[in-house]
Amino acid sequence: MTTVTSQEKGAFIRDEKGLILPTVENFYRFCAEGKLMAVKCNHCGAVICPPRSICPKCFGNDSEWVELKGRGKLLTYTIIHFPPSQFQALAPYAVGILRLNEGTQLPGMIKNVKLGDLRIGMDLLVDFEATLPKEWPKWPRYFFKPAS
Amino acid sequence: MGSPIASIVSVGISKFGVREGLYTRELFAEAAREAFDRCPNLNPKRDVQGLFVGMMSESYEHQAHVAPLFLDWIGLLPIPAFRTEGACASSSVALRVALFSIASGMYDVVLVGGVEKMTHLSTTGVTEILAMASDFPFEQWHGISFPGIFGMMAVDHMHRYGTTEEQLAKVAVKNHEHGVLNPKAHFQKRIRVEDVLSSTPVAWPLKLYDCCPRSDGAACLVITSPKVARKFTDTPVDIVGSGQAQDTLGLFERDNFSGMKVTRLAAQQAYKMANVKPEDIDVAEVHDCFTIAEIMAYEDLGFCGPGEGGKLIDEGVTQLGGKIPVNTSGGLKAKGHPVGATGAAQACEIYLQLTNQADRRQVSGAEVGLTENVGGSASTGVVHIYRRGD
Repeated sequence: MTTVTSQEKGAFIRDEKGLILPTVENFYRFCAEGKLMAVKCNHCGAVICPPRSICPKCFGNDSEWVELKGRGKLLTYTIIHFPPSQFQALAPYAVGILRLNEGTQLPGMIKNVKLGDLRIGMDLLVDFEATLPKEWPKWPRYFFKPAS
Repeated sequence: MGSPIASIVSVGISKFGVREGLYTRELFAEAAREAFDRCPNLNPKRDVQGLFVGMMSESYEHQAHVAPLFLDWIGLLPIPAFRTEGACASSSVALRVALFSIASGMYDVVLVGGVEKMTHLSTTGVTEILAMASDFPFEQWHGISFPGIFGMMAVDHMHRYGTTEEQLAKVAVKNHEHGVLNPKAHFQKRIRVEDVLSSTPVAWPLKLYDCCPRSDGAACLVITSPKVARKFTDTPVDIVGSGQAQDTLGLFERDNFSGMKVTRLAAQQAYKMANVKPEDIDVAEVHDCFTIAEIMAYEDLGFCGPGEGGKLIDEGVTQLGGKIPVNTSGGLKAKGHPVGATGAAQACEIYLQLTNQADRRQVSGAEVGLTENVGGSASTGVVHIYRRGD
């Protein structure tokens, strides 16, 4: 679990009524509290992540934040041997796309797993890094790990 | 067959590869010079009314605002110049915008081009700039490289359809075989399936030889309204179909990772406009940034059914001498991939093929050609169809 607080990362970005705006920055501010959040469209019910103001399914613009349980199945993956420079110390590492049980999808790094044990369809959990990245924009990183 | 939207009356391509000491302005001028020299009836200063140029990134050589710069370096100030950006499809988007300018009646003669300068940077530096075409907060931020995006597509395709690493390797082998026949290609070197399979892993199952190189290069076309084309050449190539579609920037937001929806949609539009079917295509240039992308392009363009791309490469259908030769130029894999230049360079190759100027790689009797160019993780897709002018 994370040690980062929302105070350290700054307050949520809100609209004039005080509601937390459906933005990427706010998604990561929730991550700093150890919460994986998406928005649910109040018109069509779609659960949308990354959050945004206009529903990509129905064009509605009225949504509310919902917390996801952070459980899902691995849809596809790859093993990165030649990473961007800031990830070089980690290589080789696995990344993949997770289909969350609530119906939305996220990409991310897969940790705590032997690379040879990766399988499409395997159950994964979302967890959060304990430390905050130093480089801009300092978003706390989530990652995936085997459910068992 | 559909009526022509515009005609190509000349093309020019710089040598692709490591062009030490030459930057985008000089590379672009090299391509434009060849296009002008190939068309003695064209008086560029008098005839050309606009420039449409694609370039992906300012970051490679710290240079933005390139449209006036390139125009200046080809001696055509002060006509209007437009720069488009669609990642690796930047110059196919430029071609489409140029078509709009001609179809609207605003212009009769324009230049279309593309350029990129990449090899002066380290592979890591290039990897990071290319990754900018993927989603920053969710893909780049989590260490997903550009090969990683296509690696995830490849894993899905292999899982869903049984496509093999050997089949991916055969795409690279074929395109290197074609590259040997193209003096402008980055590589003129044959490789074997074993070379691909034993090359350094980049993003499993993609290995070094599954990936196109970083290259320097430029390409340029002279495009006219069909009604004036014959003033400039007796052998124009008509553009008879054009399509474009967009998809989510992040691969992860899609329902299907085993194909490129933008290619399917763009192809549908282009086939319909041209009134041709996939089986009418005599020669095609497709976007083989990674070998898996060419396999998916076969399927998304309708050269075979979904999941049959691996079989198509096994059967040799897409090599020179096959039923639909694909990437006779060597493709991105062997010709090279200076990203902004690629779409324009694909169109140049089809022009050369349809005018019987492709030398040792000529597809005999080719009349109808196709280009497919995608940007990013196939967030932009552009398809054009060409016909030899009668």
